Formats: sequence, structure tokens, C-alpha cells
Amino acid sequence: MAKTIVIDPVTRIEGHGKISIHLDQDGKVADARFHVTEFRGFERFCEGRTFPEMPGITMRICGICPVSHMLASAKACDAIVGVSIPPAAEKLRRLINHAQYVQSHALSFFHLSGPDLLLGMESDPAARNVVGLIQQHPEIARSGIRLRQFGQEIIRMLGSKSVHPPWAVPGGVREPLNAENLNEISRKLPEAFEITEIALDLLKDRYEKFKPETERYGDFPSLYIGLVTPDGGLEHYDGLLRVMDAEGRIIEPGLHTDRYKEIIAEAVETWSYLKFPYYKPAGYENGAGLYRVGPLARLNICDFAGTPRADRELRQFRRLGVGGRPVTSSFHYHYARLIEILFALERIQELIQDPDVTSDHVRSHAGVNRPVGIGIMEAPRGTLIHEYNVDENGIIKKVNLLVATGNNNQAMNKTVRQIAEAYLSGNDISEGLLNRVEHGIRLYDPCLSCSTHAVGQMPLHVQIVDSNGEVVAERFRD
Amino acid sequence: MSVVTLTINDKLVSAQADKSLLRAIKDQGIEIPTLCHLEGLSERGGCRLCMVEMQGSPRLLASCVTPVQEGMVITTHSERLTNYRRMIVELLLAERNHICCGCVMNGNCELQSVAAKLGVDHVRYDYLCPDLPMDASHERYVLDHNRCILCSRCNRVCDEVEGAHTLDTAGRGIDSRVITGMNQPWGTSRSCTGCGKCVQVCPTGALFKKGATASEMVKQHDFLLWILDGRDKKIWRWS
Repeated sequence: MAKTIVIDPVTRIEGHGKISIHLDQDGKVADARFHVTEFRGFERFCEGRTFPEMPGITMRICGICPVSHMLASAKACDAIVGVSIPPAAEKLRRLINHAQYVQSHALSFFHLSGPDLLLGMESDPAARNVVGLIQQHPEIARSGIRLRQFGQEIIRMLGSKSVHPPWAVPGGVREPLNAENLNEISRKLPEAFEITEIALDLLKDRYEKFKPETERYGDFPSLYIGLVTPDGGLEHYDGLLRVMDAEGRIIEPGLHTDRYKEIIAEAVETWSYLKFPYYKPAGYENGAGLYRVGPLARLNICDFAGTPRADRELRQFRRLGVGGRPVTSSFHYHYARLIEILFALERIQELIQDPDVTSDHVRSHAGVNRPVGIGIMEAPRGTLIHEYNVDENGIIKKVNLLVATGNNNQAMNKTVRQIAEAYLSGNDISEGLLNRVEHGIRLYDPCLSCSTHAVGQMPLHVQIVDSNGEVVAERFRD
Repeated sequence: MSVVTLTINDKLVSAQADKSLLRAIKDQGIEIPTLCHLEGLSERGGCRLCMVEMQGSPRLLASCVTPVQEGMVITTHSERLTNYRRMIVELLLAERNHICCGCVMNGNCELQSVAAKLGVDHVRYDYLCPDLPMDASHERYVLDHNRCILCSRCNRVCDEVEGAHTLDTAGRGIDSRVITGMNQPWGTSRSCTGCGKCVQVCPTGALFKKGATASEMVKQHDFLLWILDGRDKKIWRWS
């Protein structure tokens, strides 16, 4: 009897989603789908606004990565006015972006995935959460909070508040840092480094234990897309689009971001509000154009990180790829995320020593000079694209938002299927299994609020439905 | 000048006979919400937030357009008045698209401030969510109908102070709209001097400087009295 298992909603992610697992007559996994069930409509209701308002509006897409949307939006607006922003503004934008990586990655590792990693995938669900983590590993939980706080503090210093700071504007930024801020960042930086190193050790010490997960949590060949610096280094704010294939061959070394549509096209499915972008030259059919973005992809595609500590870790990371090929298991998103925190901290250390970050010349002014503006950057979850079309007065005519979670949509679906195939048998759906499937989604640290352009409680609902549509087993979790 | 005596909130007060009730109330240091009123402009009595109770009158009076009279007994704050004031603000919020978070005036908006003071933490009416345009054709300023509360301060300052009368209100009831240059795009108006007085007196984000981003607009009303005192009394307060 064919059945469908539904996990609804998926917990410890940002936004609303559910998973359905379809079983065939023999009880084996026939298909698995990750459904994004919320709809936001930003692309539509931004139409008719003036473009300088866009960073302030689009940052409201998300409370975790508002900085990414703000910066991608500001970059798209820079392109519309056609100005080069002052050097100080670019450095300050990079600084706030690094701070956001620290806070967002720390949230993902310590708070969202930490309970699974440190307490066990199938541990007592009542304690498998951040509160349980605080009870059993108070030091680690506290460290995670401290690290996230460090990132949030920098965002607050620059943008006057840590969530939704209206700070990046077309042509630059509003305010620079002051000397007092610099001292505070400098004072807190050593602790941030220390916490990151501890987190790296924690994860690496558990690698033997997580060998089965490594092989079953989204370990498949795919394409990888992300930004790199013009000389091939790890890049988060600006740069060129690079594409790597499953064998590690670079099939697109560095495409100007304005030409992104040459390599990325979007498909839609009726069962999800999330778009299904794919690598255009390979096509959408049969998952040929499936690519991954985010920390794993960025570390795969770059030639080097560009900072000493991150480069040292990157060399170790590369050893996880078999035969010199890219690292294929999505379980290593966790490791890649920690390396990126290290990278961000090193870059913050460099930037606070640059006199430009206290310069008052942080904003260029100009009117509408181009009808289209494309802003592409790397959000913590992956490549983020904002594209705006405006009329001669700067009124938004069309908005296209292609967010990181969307880019990973096909990969998330494939990961869910792989985990279900590995752990699911018959009608017995244990809570632990469901959590494993959910963790497959958490690896990508998706932000569904972003990707469908709601925030809320996410209890869990699983159903096994037979081929006649009747529910034969059901499980709820609050 | 003759003086009248009236009672405001159980207190006997005197006021100049040619003043409005709102002026007399404010002179007593009593805070009363207003939106269409602005010192220096003629009164319109449009927003109705300054309504007060008068003993002997079954209906409420908009204090800005009610002259003081001998023997009036006035109450400025009561449960009934607060309910009505909240209702007015909620209706304003429901009528157009006042989404504060991305607004250029977020944090500096008079409508937002009045709503906060009245404790409007939700709106009981269905939002109409009208599909309204923005006019960004002017070189320096933008008109956003989504944020307009039809207080007509812009109309009055353009007519009474600048003397250009570029701005008007067209349509009736819920279809009323502020218009520029006899309902032509603002940028094509030949009468607009680009002085920006309308922008400065606008209580919300309906009129703002082009290029302004979220929370960035701060409006200066004090210019109005400075201009008027200079013009009418030849007094310029430089400090």
C-alpha cells in the first residue's frame, strides 16, 4: 500500500515548512518533498514604491538576516544610481556583513542544530532543544549566546539597532563607526575567536560518531554556486559568480553578477511556494541543474579563504572531499559554517584597524541613471539576488528576489529523500527518525520567511497516508 | 482686548475672546492630540482629534474651530473622548497603507506618535489596503498617497504662506486625494516653487524628500513661525 508521511511543520528553522515522504507498495521511499507553505508577497507589494525605500522594506523580509537583504538591496540601488560608493562605505558594509555572519552562523550551529549535534539526533525530544542544551552543556550554550551577541553588537553599533537596522542606503551607508566602538570590538574579539575554536573542536571530535550521518545526510554530487573575489578567494559581499561541477571542475570561473540570468533560471512546483532555481545550461529536468549554495558551496568553489586561520581550517576541510573532489556531504555545512565564522572574525580584526571605518565620507548622492539594478551578495545561507526595474522617476516597476534558501531548494528535497531512504522502514515512524529528516533541512539553515517573501511556532505533524488517501498513522509534536 | 472666563477640566481660566478653544486648552498646559492643526496655518477642523465635551451640549466640539465663549464648561479628557480619539486614529490607519517599519518617517511621524500616546496597539477595523500610487515626478520631493491622512496642512501652507496654491484636494469622501497642479504630475506643475514647505508641514510620510530612506526624514515645523513672524511682525528669532 502506497503511503505518504507528512512532517508538518518542520521545527528549529526560520519560517513555516513541512515535509512529506511518499512510500510505495513495499514501504520504501518513493519520493520526499520539502514544502514551503507560507507566502509573503514582497515582490508584488514593493511595486510602486520609490527605490531608495527598498533596503528599509526588504530587510523586513527576515529577522535573522536583515543585514543581507539590506545590503543586497542597497547594492541593487547603487546600480540604479550608477555611482561608486565611497571606499569607507564599502568597508563598513563589509564589516556589518561579517558581523551578521558571526551572529547568524552562531545561531544555526549552537541554537538550531546544537541540540541534535550535542545531545543526539534521537535523544529525548523533550530536552532536545536549546533549553536542554543549556541544562546539559551550560558552558557551550552560553558561549553560543556570547558569540551571537558579539555579531549583534557590531550590527547595533553601526545601525543603531541589532535587528532591522536602517543603515545601508543607496550610495553608501548612514553612519561610520566611532573610536569607542572600535575599542569595544577589539576588546571582545579574542573571546569570539576562542568560542569559535572550541566549537570547531567540538564538531571535529564528534566526526567519528557522525560517520553514518555524514554519508546519509545529503551526500550526493551536485553543482556549487557562489561568489568569489576576482582572484578566486572566499567572498561574502561582492565579487564574481563561480560555478563548480560535481567533479570539482570550475565550469564558470567568474561571471559578472549582472549576467546571473545566463546561468540561473527558475522553475516552480505546485506543491511549494518556494521557487526551484536551477543551473540554466544543464536544465531543470531530472535534477540536472541542481546546485548548492551557502557555506559548503562557498568553501568548495573558492581557491583560498584569504585569512590565515580560515585557510588553515580550509585545508583540513578539503580533505573531506574524496580524491580531490569537492566536499559532497551536506552534513559538512556545519563545519563550513564554523570556518566562515573564523573568516568573518579575522576580517573584522583587519577592518577595525583600517582608518576608513571612522571616515565621515560614507555616502554618495545621485538620481536615477539606469533602469535596472542588480545586487548580488552572499547571505549566510547562500547567494542572494535582488533585482529591481524602475521608471525614470525611480518608482519600482518590477522586483525579483532570489534568496539563498530558494537556491538550495532542490538540494534540500534530495537530502530529505536520502535521509528518509536511509532511516525509514515500514509504518514505524519514530520521533527520532523525524528529527533526522528535519535535521537534513537544518543543515541548510533555511530561512523560509525570506524565501517566500511569518515567523511563528513550529510544532510537528506527521502522517502516513495510504494510496486511498486514508491516514493510517499519525504523530503530533508541540 | 476682551477676555472671557471659562472652565476647563474643573479649573476656572481666562482667555482672549478671539482665541480658539484649542489655544485656551493648550495655554493651560493640557496636552490634547491634533493632526490637522498646525500653529501658523488657518484651522480646518478636519481630523477631529481635538474634540472636547462642553456642558450642555450633546455633541462634541472640535476645539480648534470653536471660539472661546464666556461661561463654557469644557472637559478635554474622558473615557468617551479617548474612545473616539482611538477610533479616529484606527480609522486613519485602516483607510490607507500606513506601514510604519519601512516608512521614511518611522520614529518621527505625528500619526505614529498620536497612535502611541492613545494606546492604539491594534486596529479593530478591516484594512482597506487601497492600491494607491506615488508621484515621484518632482525633482526633489515625493508624494505618497498611501501615507496621506488628508489633513490639508500642505494645501494650506502652499496657499497661505508660499502663495503658490499648487496643492489642492480633489474628490469626495474616501476618494479624496491631494493633487498637484490641477491634478497633473507634480514635476510638471508650473506653479510649484519647489520651496518644500508642504513637505516640512506634512505630519506623516505622505510628502518627503526624494531619496529619503526608512526612518530618515525629520521634519522641521518651526520654520513656519519664523517666516510668519518675519513677514508679519518683522521679527526674526535667530536663536
